[in-house]
Amino acid sequence: MELRKDYFADVRKDGLHEIGQPRPRLDSPGHVTGKTAYFADRILPGMLHLKMVRSPHHHARIRSIDTSEAEKHPGVVKVLTAKDVPHNVYTILILIQIGPEDETVLADGKVRWKGEAVAAVLAETERAAQEAAAKVKVDYEVLPAVFDMEEALKPGAPLVNEYHGQNYYLYDSGECRKVRFGDVDAGFAEADHILEQTYQSSPIEHAPTETTGCVVAPEGNDRFTCYTNTQAMFFTLDNASIILQMPGSKLHFVGGTVGGGFGGKVDVIVEPIAILAAKLTGRPVSFIYSREEEMQISSPRAAEKVVIKDGVMKDGRIVARKVTGYTDAGAYSRHSPYGAQKGAAHYPGPYTIPNVWIDTYCVYTNRTPSSAMRGFGVTIGDFALEVQMDKLARLIGMDPLEFRFINAYRDGDMKAHRQPTEGAALIECMQEASRAANWPVADKYMAMSSYRKGA
Amino acid sequence: MAKVPVQFTLNGSEKAEFIESGTTLLHALRDKIGDTSPKGGCHQGTCGACSVIIDGELRLSCLTLAETCDGADIRTTAGLAEGGVLHPLQRAFLDAFATQCGFCTPGMIMAAKALLDRTPNPSREEVVEALSGNICRCTGYEPIIQAVLTAARADSQNAA
Repeated sequence: MELRKDYFADVRKDGLHEIGQPRPRLDSPGHVTGKTAYFADRILPGMLHLKMVRSPHHHARIRSIDTSEAEKHPGVVKVLTAKDVPHNVYTILILIQIGPEDETVLADGKVRWKGEAVAAVLAETERAAQEAAAKVKVDYEVLPAVFDMEEALKPGAPLVNEYHGQNYYLYDSGECRKVRFGDVDAGFAEADHILEQTYQSSPIEHAPTETTGCVVAPEGNDRFTCYTNTQAMFFTLDNASIILQMPGSKLHFVGGTVGGGFGGKVDVIVEPIAILAAKLTGRPVSFIYSREEEMQISSPRAAEKVVIKDGVMKDGRIVARKVTGYTDAGAYSRHSPYGAQKGAAHYPGPYTIPNVWIDTYCVYTNRTPSSAMRGFGVTIGDFALEVQMDKLARLIGMDPLEFRFINAYRDGDMKAHRQPTEGAALIECMQEASRAANWPVADKYMAMSSYRKGA
Repeated sequence: MAKVPVQFTLNGSEKAEFIESGTTLLHALRDKIGDTSPKGGCHQGTCGACSVIIDGELRLSCLTLAETCDGADIRTTAGLAEGGVLHPLQRAFLDAFATQCGFCTPGMIMAAKALLDRTPNPSREEVVEALSGNICRCTGYEPIIQAVLTAARADSQNAA
């Protein structure tokens, strides 16, 4: 394969020679000798084990919680409920002013998804904690639940999250994130063909081999050391500080090697409650998800629905694109308002389209809260867009790769969200792909460049 | 709760512990003895991260009760390097870029060792079969298979 270093020659001095050279990973010697210290390898004397009591219902009011039998169970040290958490209602992105706070650390009066944390049991052994968790009595009044995004957006749908007041995230632009570029109606009127298609995806679990968790040690100096496999160290530190109403200087977070993350370990989900437990008991605390919790409780990639309507000319130019995207946040925001917003900027794809209209909704349902995963907000969109591109090419009887050359964005093109294109290199990548895949295209496409003349 | 005495050899050293009846070998190795090289990924015998070798056989330490290991010879990845020199499998995993997050690596190496101890010159199919109980979620299977084949070749060259 040819490395086209000339393309970026004007933006970077090419003193780099690493591509194509094998380099040993710095962490490999620890991995092959079993010496790499993962958080769960910190086994501390006197460590307590934390197990969560979780909601068996998708949506329910909590009438009462009775922890008395659980507290009497042999080996149990403490049972925590909402009243023990200093600042129980939080949202991760409040750190970048994306509110409102909409999620409880431990359920307070209501549960909004099946698996939501209700009470935390601390015991001398994992087994005792598990057995005692089963003895916590929660009296639920089951409420109607909604699992489908379109149902959730209909008037009269059950309200999932009172902190929002409606089943969608309210952006400063209104009920959805909007991109408006050119005149999309005029584009459709001009088009030779119009194709509207709907694409849907299910939630996807990251399934790391090492489950989510942390180990917390109370130190002699009134500080707490938290060994964690978070992928978002400072998000976690700052949110823990807010939830615990404790200055960050009291919290010492120790990260390190993560046994697989894939975006699944960026929620602030185990550390605050484990630190609180260590504070209230004065003992080290281990809170490690079981495999079942990792699969059912940890946040997945959001389910998405994408409706794409394109207007295309017989010569291959896309002249109008209208996209309505729906991101299923589940019961709480976590990172989904940001994911849906990313989609809004992304839906034109790497193509220059003169008339674009995009609405993306972040929708609340009574499903497991979704969050980050590898390119969240754009990955499902890319699947939809590229399937759509193949369908459009077929519709006008054009080679799908040549069709992409015609529409490829090039340096200097204005993108729909008003960001000028620079360093695109898409034409050059497709030329190399054409050669590597032995998928020939007409000479005029092989002669193209991402540089527009005079740009 | 009454404790049960258990004695075994771990990587050539004598170990003796009092454990609660029902304790898994994984728990005993990690929490009691302090060998954290076997990992707990699923605790239900499906991921292979806890793989160890007991009396020459590859076993899942999360499904093995510690009290059944009395008198056994147990080997883990932590004991594989001798005198600071990496075992050919460890060397090959390093050189072949066969680790990513590393969580499955100690189990993979034990599964590979159990294979090579029995079949010094395995076919690719035999390597694939031997590793089939070990999950690498980072999906780096191909470099792992190549590493095992490379280690087998290195071993047979040393023997010749």
